[in-house]
Amino acid sequence: MAAAPVVERLAQLALFADLSWPELEAVAHTFEEEVFAPGQRVLRQGISGGAFYVILEGEAAVVIDGVERARLGRGDFFGEITALLGGAPVADVRAETLLRCLSLPGSQLAEFLLERPPVMLRMLQAEARRLRDANRWQ
Amino acid sequence: MAVGGRPFPPGDYDAVVVGSGPGGLQASYFLRRLGVRHALLSADEGPGGMFRRFPLFERLISWTHPSAEVPRESREYEAHDQNSLLADEPELRALVPAHLAEGARRPAREEMAAALAAFAERAGLEARYGCRWEATRREEDGRLALATADGEYRCRAAVFAVGMTEPWVPPIPGLELAHHYVHVDRGAARYRDRRVVIVGKRNSAFEVGEALVRAGVRELTLVSPRPPDLGRLARSPLRPWYLTAYDEHVRGAPGRYVLDASVERVERTGEGHRVHVLDPARGPFALEADEVIAATGFRAPLGDLPALGLATVLDGRLPALTPFFESVTLSGAFFAGNVTQAAQGLRKQGTASLSGMVCGFRYNARVLARHLAETRFGVTLERPALRPDDVVAYLLSELNGAPELALQKGYLARVLTVSASVLRDEGILPLQAFVDGGQDGVAATLEFDEQEEIRPALYVRAGGVLREALLPPHPLRRYEAAAYRAELDDLLRPLL
Repeated sequence: MAAAPVVERLAQLALFADLSWPELEAVAHTFEEEVFAPGQRVLRQGISGGAFYVILEGEAAVVIDGVERARLGRGDFFGEITALLGGAPVADVRAETLLRCLSLPGSQLAEFLLERPPVMLRMLQAEARRLRDANRWQ
Repeated sequence: MAVGGRPFPPGDYDAVVVGSGPGGLQASYFLRRLGVRHALLSADEGPGGMFRRFPLFERLISWTHPSAEVPRESREYEAHDQNSLLADEPELRALVPAHLAEGARRPAREEMAAALAAFAERAGLEARYGCRWEATRREEDGRLALATADGEYRCRAAVFAVGMTEPWVPPIPGLELAHHYVHVDRGAARYRDRRVVIVGKRNSAFEVGEALVRAGVRELTLVSPRPPDLGRLARSPLRPWYLTAYDEHVRGAPGRYVLDASVERVERTGEGHRVHVLDPARGPFALEADEVIAATGFRAPLGDLPALGLATVLDGRLPALTPFFESVTLSGAFFAGNVTQAAQGLRKQGTASLSGMVCGFRYNARVLARHLAETRFGVTLERPALRPDDVVAYLLSELNGAPELALQKGYLARVLTVSASVLRDEGILPLQAFVDGGQDGVAATLEFDEQEEIRPALYVRAGGVLREALLPPHPLRRYEAAAYRAELDDLLRPLL
């Protein structure tokens, strides 16, 4: 179950699509890789200090008060809201399959984005899409 | 047991522990205390594990203070001595300070090895030395079978305490021309008046750099993409006493460079090497070197376990683990020692465990042995009941003095559970196991907050609802004042 080098898998994700190879290597060195078994929690509703995660492989569920609200897959990211605004997550994120993620301590996300404006723009676009989709269904 | 002089002949055991370093010895010690029948196998000729070879040059980065004011046999002393193994018997405790050179506060490799050998001998820990685990298969009944040159060992739980000292080299063209850290010549004299490039900027890189500076290296360059994280010293694996090269670089000493750049390729040039690097801000340039050292990290020797379904992290270097140190995908495969750093816990604020050091994994081994004994081998653990009036004082004494909480911050916790209105002491457990479990109770731990302040933290679950509470920090880390008692009273009220 050995996987391709992290840096190669990073290059395929939309969030990091604008980065050069050395920049991707620096990202791979900055993030930690974590693997979760199905059913394991990655983010915990009400527990502060969590990280920012990017999914490399597998599927996760967003669960609020025990009710599943959304599914996340490869290339999706989560944890950025509490990383940027502080406080504790309002949802659990739970691994549904074997889930492989890259993580960055939440306190380091703002600095990470400021150093990489293209990643910040990609993230902003993703947040804008989420907002648009949320508005559409209200 | 020791027919023909060697213990643990091949055959059926409840558990098999692989490895006789500090992780394997500590796991074997606690399994035996709990009455779990197991074999201890080791490819080495004697105890000591990584300390038979590493660290190459410098003393360890973990402290042992022989002159601490508390008795060496006491539990409190463990926080003053990060390097000794744990034991229930006073005469087996704190063996590292007795082996330290006069005036030393951090052990050298030989001193660690001697202390571990003394532990194994005094505890009567037998091992089948010279017996290498070679292959693994799953039996039809679900047990694991470990093949060795001596024969096969079948068990319900295998505990791999195999360390993390195999060289790992990233796929950079030409980097195979470099000596990896593990192959660097201990006689650093060969580097005198040479130009050396070290690829890597973590502990082992700075450790070698320190030795080369002392050996009179002419030009020393450390290079890797990620800047050394000196701003987060509390959580950094780097320690100040390896940082001469960095200090000299910052202050502009001739021939001392610490660069943040990715290494593109290494090529041979006559007698020496050329290292092509790329600085994202400044573009490409080349470093000329007589010698190149790859201090690029280590991997656990996982053998054929990945082929059996073991999920790994970090480009295959470590197994992905549950909070109780079992593979997330290969049931019955457990890990002890340095490799338990792969069980990351909650990692609040990015805080890593100290499971990559003896002072962290010695406690993990006790957690693992208790978990195995209870869940796999039918051993009933004691869970003393607490009088409600005693709970606050007990938790405060743990927050003030428990070495497990002081050393494995935000990772291990004192856990009490409530059922049928009785509070019971579950012992020291991974905080994550309590937080992600469902039982009502409380977990007390110490953790770093966003400002790197150490704070007591309580996780209280009452009526199935979990609440996190960070208590205020104290400048001398004494959580004894009335305010702490009052806050604990409040937090615990729903449970008492």
